[in-house]
Amino acid sequence: MRHIISILIENEAGALSRVAGLFSARGYNIESLTVAPTEDPSLSRMTLVTRGTEDIIEQITKQLNKLIDVVKLIDLAQTIHIERELMLVKIKASDKIREELRSVVDIFRGKIIDVTPTSYVIEMTGTSDKLDAFIATIDKASIIEVVRSGATGISRGEKGLHL
Amino acid sequence: MELNGAQIVIQSLKDEGVEYIFGYPGGAVLHLYDALFQQDDVKHILVRHEQGATHAADGYARATGKPGVVLVTSGPGATNAVTGIATAYMDSIPMVVISGQVPSAVIGSDAFQEVDMVGITRPCVKHNFLISDVSKIAETIKKAFYVATSGRPGPVVIDIPKDMTSPNVKVPYHYPKKVEMRSYHPATTGNKGQVKKAIELLLHAKRPIIYAGGGVVLGEGSHELTNLAKILGYPVTNTLMGLGAYPATDTQFVGMLGMHGTYEANMAMHESDLIVAIGVRFDDRVTGKLELFCPYAKIIHVDIDPASISKTVKVDVPIVGEVKLVIEQLIDGLKEAKYKIDKPASDAWWKLIDQWRSIDCLEFDRQSIAIKPQYVIEQLYQVTNGEAYVTSDVGQHQMWAAQYYPFDKPRRWINSGGLGTMGFGLPAAIGVKLAHPNADVACVTGDASIQMCIQELSTALQYKTPIKIINLNNSYMGMVRQWQEFSYQSRYSHSYMETIPDFVKLAEAYGHVGIRIDKPEDVRGALEKAFAMKDRTVFLDIITDRTENVYPMIEAGKAHNDMKLRVAIGTSTDRELS
Repeated sequence: MRHIISILIENEAGALSRVAGLFSARGYNIESLTVAPTEDPSLSRMTLVTRGTEDIIEQITKQLNKLIDVVKLIDLAQTIHIERELMLVKIKASDKIREELRSVVDIFRGKIIDVTPTSYVIEMTGTSDKLDAFIATIDKASIIEVVRSGATGISRGEKGLHL
Repeated sequence: MELNGAQIVIQSLKDEGVEYIFGYPGGAVLHLYDALFQQDDVKHILVRHEQGATHAADGYARATGKPGVVLVTSGPGATNAVTGIATAYMDSIPMVVISGQVPSAVIGSDAFQEVDMVGITRPCVKHNFLISDVSKIAETIKKAFYVATSGRPGPVVIDIPKDMTSPNVKVPYHYPKKVEMRSYHPATTGNKGQVKKAIELLLHAKRPIIYAGGGVVLGEGSHELTNLAKILGYPVTNTLMGLGAYPATDTQFVGMLGMHGTYEANMAMHESDLIVAIGVRFDDRVTGKLELFCPYAKIIHVDIDPASISKTVKVDVPIVGEVKLVIEQLIDGLKEAKYKIDKPASDAWWKLIDQWRSIDCLEFDRQSIAIKPQYVIEQLYQVTNGEAYVTSDVGQHQMWAAQYYPFDKPRRWINSGGLGTMGFGLPAAIGVKLAHPNADVACVTGDASIQMCIQELSTALQYKTPIKIINLNNSYMGMVRQWQEFSYQSRYSHSYMETIPDFVKLAEAYGHVGIRIDKPEDVRGALEKAFAMKDRTVFLDIITDRTENVYPMIEAGKAHNDMKLRVAIGTSTDRELS
């Protein structure tokens, strides 16, 4: 099953490689990983998407917790949560299909943020599934470039992951 | 008080109460060595290879419970230390390793003797630090000692760029008495609800067994474990790392379990209906094939490390906490529940265990004209009254030492159980002897292992650490040969050394006493003579039966009740029971 693990980690040199190293050393897979400092610059928030059986996810969270730099973590799959990913897509946009593309982008509530006579850059956010669905509706041959941030997430309600 | 970085390092070690530091100088640590030179409190032990430094510090730590401290230079000094760091990591040994690094300004430029020590050691340390500010050195050292020694212990590396120890930069010195880390809170007592659930299981078990490991030794819980076992009346088995955690000569002790464990320990595990696992990690050498592991048992697992719980074997009642404290909680709970031994169930269980014991799985050929290695260990036990500190290397001799030297006290048996590092025994013995100068220290080794850190014989002379090296010399890498005999139709691929040095001359060349023994009747006398030479390191080169194997053996992928026993003894009953 797919799990989104949200980690509060010391914002220190090497912290990211401790997490990445743990996954490669123990043979866990990382589907995506995003990291940036929080409102407290001494802490980073890391969101990691991984897949595994319940036993493997349990080991992953335990091993992550064991890292000295990890302050706290939560498996978002176990709570009601919101997931978002940012995607930028560069697409060949010839006169024939410009209209049609615009309406598909509208349906997915994306934005066209760069236009040239032959291309669009589309910005879209949503769950990773939604972004997959958008890609699936576009003619593969017209895609020039896809850039995805990897999923981030937050739990619903007033509780939060903080010190 | 204003000090430079090098002085701060050494002063911090003093304030931490460090007695010995094991190391080897080099370019990146010259400032540190200069600061060491100008004081007498922290004694430096100069090894002959950095691997020896880590193993000696490790031996010191295992024998005392205090952290071992190592100082090495950058580059090759640092990489040479890695084997010893990984050894300590696998066995959860508290250790602080200070490595020099090239100056901050040239890090990343492939400078002379530069290596990314923080990167290289990341997977085999509990934590590591790179110093980037002189004023943070003292606090970082305090954190390193705190992390290394608390919770599940382990090695911590502090990488110090040369400019951080420069005599020209002085800052105020203050060594904190305590440190708090917001991201690190080791467990203490166990969850009360879980303890209650465990008590329920203890009250109703019919065929229970206590399976205790290195965590009991590391957590200083031997006394409590013994009390618990006495109250419960259960049989006790120890892992290789746990030997001595429960007195081996006690009647409730059924021996070591696992791949080369006793018949009774493994059978009792297999047939048990309740396993009380304390300070263990269900290592593959213990469990054998996981699908066949202890099919009838419920499992209580007490450990300080939550990640050890249900890692390989799913347990019924996990209790995370310090073993010592959790055992006390269990004892209190039993008293509260007015626990009484279930006499009929207990008698029936012990009757079964005694039947398994009667197989006498550790018996060996005592009429042999070749020296049997088992006999040597038995004699070593007698000559040292069971009171010696015994270090070992890795292989057959390690298993024989574990099987034939019953340890009654913790911290007496010192071996590389997790990583299985050949070359560990000799430097570890030096560390043990420094910690306990008046105790008998034996290094049980083999002709292959001893050659991996043989250079430390020189260290033993320099620091007058009179240890006794018991070299079980069979001209083979015995354990490799044994596996090749069993699993590769005796194709002994490169497990035989055609050119073994003359160990007697070698020992003499290093300034020690060397004795060769090749007759069984000379073993006892030689051991007595060796241990009588209180101020000399003695190398006993004992020529043993070259084809002897370690029994019992659970081959890879087999279950606890599927043991290979020695063929020479009572084969018919073995087969019936196994």
